[in-house]
Amino acid sequence: MAMIFHDETYRDDFSFHNSPESIRRYPFPFHEDSYMYAINMENHLPGKPGSSYEHPIDVDEHYVSEMRDRAIVLNEDPKRCQALPHMMAAQWDTLELLMTNKARSYPDLFTLERNGDLWHWINQPLGIDDTFVFGDQSTLPYEPMEYITRQAQGDFCIVDQRNDTLWMDAGMVTCQADWSLDFDIGMNFMEWHAPVPMAHELGIFDRALKFLMNVQQGRPVRRLNWTMTVNPRLDTSPENYHKWGPDKTTVTAQNIGSKLHLRCELQSFWRLPRSNALLFPIRQYLISLNDIATIPKWACRMHRVLTTIPDSIAEYKGFSRNRQLALDFLAPFDDGRELTLGGEPE
Amino acid sequence: MIHPEIIVRVTDIAVVAESIKQFTFERVDGGSMPVFAPGAHIVVSMDDQGKLRRNPYSLMSSPSDSTSYQISVLRVVESRGGSAFMHEHVDVGDTMTISHPIDLFPLHATAKRHVLIAGGIGITPFLPMMEVLNESGQVFELHYSMRSRRRGAFLSELERRYGSRVSAEVDDEGGRLDTRKLLIDQPLGTHIYVCAPLPMIDLVFGVARELGWAEENLHREVFLAPPAGTPFYTNLAKSGTTVYVAEHQSLLESIEAAGIDVPYLCRGGACGQCETTVIDFDGQLMHHDIFLTDDENVSGTKIMPCVSRFVGASLTVEL
Repeated sequence: MAMIFHDETYRDDFSFHNSPESIRRYPFPFHEDSYMYAINMENHLPGKPGSSYEHPIDVDEHYVSEMRDRAIVLNEDPKRCQALPHMMAAQWDTLELLMTNKARSYPDLFTLERNGDLWHWINQPLGIDDTFVFGDQSTLPYEPMEYITRQAQGDFCIVDQRNDTLWMDAGMVTCQADWSLDFDIGMNFMEWHAPVPMAHELGIFDRALKFLMNVQQGRPVRRLNWTMTVNPRLDTSPENYHKWGPDKTTVTAQNIGSKLHLRCELQSFWRLPRSNALLFPIRQYLISLNDIATIPKWACRMHRVLTTIPDSIAEYKGFSRNRQLALDFLAPFDDGRELTLGGEPE
Repeated sequence: MIHPEIIVRVTDIAVVAESIKQFTFERVDGGSMPVFAPGAHIVVSMDDQGKLRRNPYSLMSSPSDSTSYQISVLRVVESRGGSAFMHEHVDVGDTMTISHPIDLFPLHATAKRHVLIAGGIGITPFLPMMEVLNESGQVFELHYSMRSRRRGAFLSELERRYGSRVSAEVDDEGGRLDTRKLLIDQPLGTHIYVCAPLPMIDLVFGVARELGWAEENLHREVFLAPPAGTPFYTNLAKSGTTVYVAEHQSLLESIEAAGIDVPYLCRGGACGQCETTVIDFDGQLMHHDIFLTDDENVSGTKIMPCVSRFVGASLTVEL
């Protein structure tokens, strides 16, 4: 079935919306009735057909509009895309990984022909048809990471591995949950995770770092993370807090169903072959409470999770102000029944 | 499956120095080999008359050549069987399985200068490293120690390609690497990489530490061969079974032979991936790895099953 791309916005009139199919394929992050930080890593293996996990790099109905929103952000703030000079091999690794995966998973949308170092890339949804020399950045309109991540949904970080830790040395970050690449660039793993509450005391980051440094080529892994966003806005960056922060005060009992969105991040981790760096795509999926309410299991489970979540986590994720309104909205869906484990809609 | 593997055919075997053979592998399915970063190794699985052997070997071919991989194997005199098997039982046309590339010896991306120190067969990971450093215009030098020129694989080729950036220290010509002289004048931002037998690594690192080098600037690759020893039994608590570790078998191999998957990367006591919790023991843990700290060794709570052994009445681990 051919994919139909929405023409929608993530700002101003917020015309973003999910189709019923898009709701059912949502990577719902709550596998049980409570939430606590965990490493929750699993092998990034292909999931059920139609799910967000079917392909290693997912493309969905929001692709074209998300890429348009990214271009707007970059035009206003070019520092959302940065790469330190020693990351050029990793940039080419990233371009190769995204092109080969997309062409393999979506042959109707993307084509890659390789003749030695001469590559021919066709991106049908975005109307791109370029021939370039792999390894020669002068043959592309942007540096390789920027070129390919202007054509790939989600944020991307490339972390270098040296001195027994990981370094945030390159990235394309335009749809982030309130963190800044321009601030974090050049920091190591412990530095950029310093603001996260509780997880340090739980020893999460020591174990996560050890795990990530051992991710091997050909064996990517993934985990889910989540937060809440008012309005379907992709660019919730600290740089633009003045634009989206006040939105939190606009939520009422009447409009919360369409205003408040669960924002799930499907994070995957890939060892890059030439550079030995790690590619870290952070793919975000937005869904309104109204849409969640169409799946009874999800609405019920989310009520239980938001009831029991520690205050410090609600505060860090930025939804403590609207937590009670969300609970009031979700309460009617929680009839006390037992829910199956896992995030499937049933 | 923890370790996805690639089925390859041996397409060439060449004697490249005394006791050193070079093997070329191509994929049986005709596909491309995965691109790899210089310094990476593969684990080669060998079917030695029904006994599974897995040995790590550094990739020495060009990282830009995706048609084949090459490794070189030194025939170890007191071989446990791996290098002897490769030398005596592997022929052109044979099918073998190898792992994806694993890089535990990467180049340091922000180094200003790279000093490469090879001892004998330890030359292999430096071949792709020098190619990449040379192509990207980075500053490097190689110091290659060998017993004799007959055993100095690839020396003349490297001298031809890289000229004065290569120097050879040949034992039987009275040559010897003067580590202190080499290290004392290196500018800040220099990183050293040593791939050699353990005593040579210890020597170089010892001198570097004495001279005040930062640990972050010292890199080493070593694959320790699992030593032979008295056979012993090990109880696997989670699996609810007991394995027998023969004289020339490692604990890791005996666990794998029982059909239990253990995560591993280097199989040589260096990387820490197969670290296993010791629940209980009556006897002595024989630690042969270079990963656990002295304190951890004394505590008796961890063991690296790839190289370490046990002597005594009973050992129970959490697997």
